[in-house]
Amino acid sequence: MRFVDEFRDSEKARALAAKIAGLCEPGRQYKLMEVCGGHTHTIYKHGLEDYLPEQITLVHGPGCPVCVIPMGRVDDAMALAAEPDVIMTSFGDMMRVPGSNGSFFDAKARGTDIRMVYSPLDSLKIARQNPDKRVVFMAIGFETTAPSTAMTVLRAAAEGLPNFAIFCNHVTIIPAIKAILDSPDLRLDGFIGPGHVSTVIGCRPYEFIARDYGKPVVVAGFEPLDILQSIYLLMLQLSRGQSIVENQYSRVVPWDGNPVALRAIGQTMELRPYFEWRGLGFISHSALKVRAEYARYDAEQLFSVPGVRVADPKACQCGEVLKGVLKPWECKVFGTACTPETPIGTCMVSPEGACAAYYSYGRLSRTRVKEASRT
Amino acid sequence: MCLGIPGEVIEFLPDQPDLARVEVSGVRRVINVGLLSDDLPTPGEWVLIHVGFALSKIDEQEAAAALEFLEGIGQAYEDELAALSDSQIE
Repeated sequence: MRFVDEFRDSEKARALAAKIAGLCEPGRQYKLMEVCGGHTHTIYKHGLEDYLPEQITLVHGPGCPVCVIPMGRVDDAMALAAEPDVIMTSFGDMMRVPGSNGSFFDAKARGTDIRMVYSPLDSLKIARQNPDKRVVFMAIGFETTAPSTAMTVLRAAAEGLPNFAIFCNHVTIIPAIKAILDSPDLRLDGFIGPGHVSTVIGCRPYEFIARDYGKPVVVAGFEPLDILQSIYLLMLQLSRGQSIVENQYSRVVPWDGNPVALRAIGQTMELRPYFEWRGLGFISHSALKVRAEYARYDAEQLFSVPGVRVADPKACQCGEVLKGVLKPWECKVFGTACTPETPIGTCMVSPEGACAAYYSYGRLSRTRVKEASRT
Repeated sequence: MCLGIPGEVIEFLPDQPDLARVEVSGVRRVINVGLLSDDLPTPGEWVLIHVGFALSKIDEQEAAAALEFLEGIGQAYEDELAALSDSQIE
């Protein structure tokens, strides 16, 4: 067996893998979902699936914020960027995400004023420096980035900055997990819980998964050994017929999350009745919008946003990949029409997208290629 | 965007208690520490930074491990560091 990328503790990994194998019931298949795109990246980069017995399949979840932005919202953002005197600002990850009329990069090349920023606070600075312009920040991400947007809105309000607004596309992870649990397409045995999102929301929000659905959850760190350790903890629970929430990443994730961050989100944003996710469709109470008290910082109130729903390209199967129904290589256009250089679907755009991660690393593993040719 | 980058707190900015200068892979940049206002880090402590905000305190060992993970990621981390270098939070 050849490993994609031998890591420092590969001996420890093999020892853990042996313990994991020892917990497998003969004849039983296990499907474990890693929710977070950062975990997907580690799994492919280090070929972790090659350490696991064939009975265990890792299923990649929807936790890549760039991947779940639907085309209609990209088009809405482009329409905002094209408004007179607007400077659109965006994280770099978002720049290549295709809408129905190209990406931010394409629009920038056509002369639209779209600027890449590292932080929403950089957008705030651009607004201060350009008082005759209206600066819009394309706010995306799960609970990891939502507090930063919230703090920036609070800062803009404290300064009374008149020319700054956010186009809010923040999504929340719990409803997406629930949608997957309720989906008839997929039977999962347990969840590797997201790391950074949990530094904000803590571990309690996952308790319903263990209690109501009887599935174990282990919040995990990002190193290869963290993930293997979490799989071991999941398998240990399954072998005992147990389902609880455990925190493998307690060195970073507090059980109750970050109360200051949660307060900032709650102060400036509220849940939308529903929101469209690429591939997953409309999910109730799964996204955030700006509260009415902060309407002057809400681009959806200040501008007219088309809000047209745009269907994904027919060839694209990101939806199935995001739900874990398809592996990246099973998509019809994977690696042929759709590559990181010319992505059709969002899963190929972000380095945390399952397709991009598999394209970069997974293909190099002989085991995985063998598996790909079997399917 | 989703990458948590470890930084060592060097100093707080005078008159702006929410802002701190941190060192990330040899680059000194200003970040916002307002999300840790319940338990502010002190100079010499490490924090995990997301899009210009410190989201959690970590110990030095975790910082080293996180850095190793990020360096292994390659291009995405380099892009994030380049973006951080261009960032001018004030």
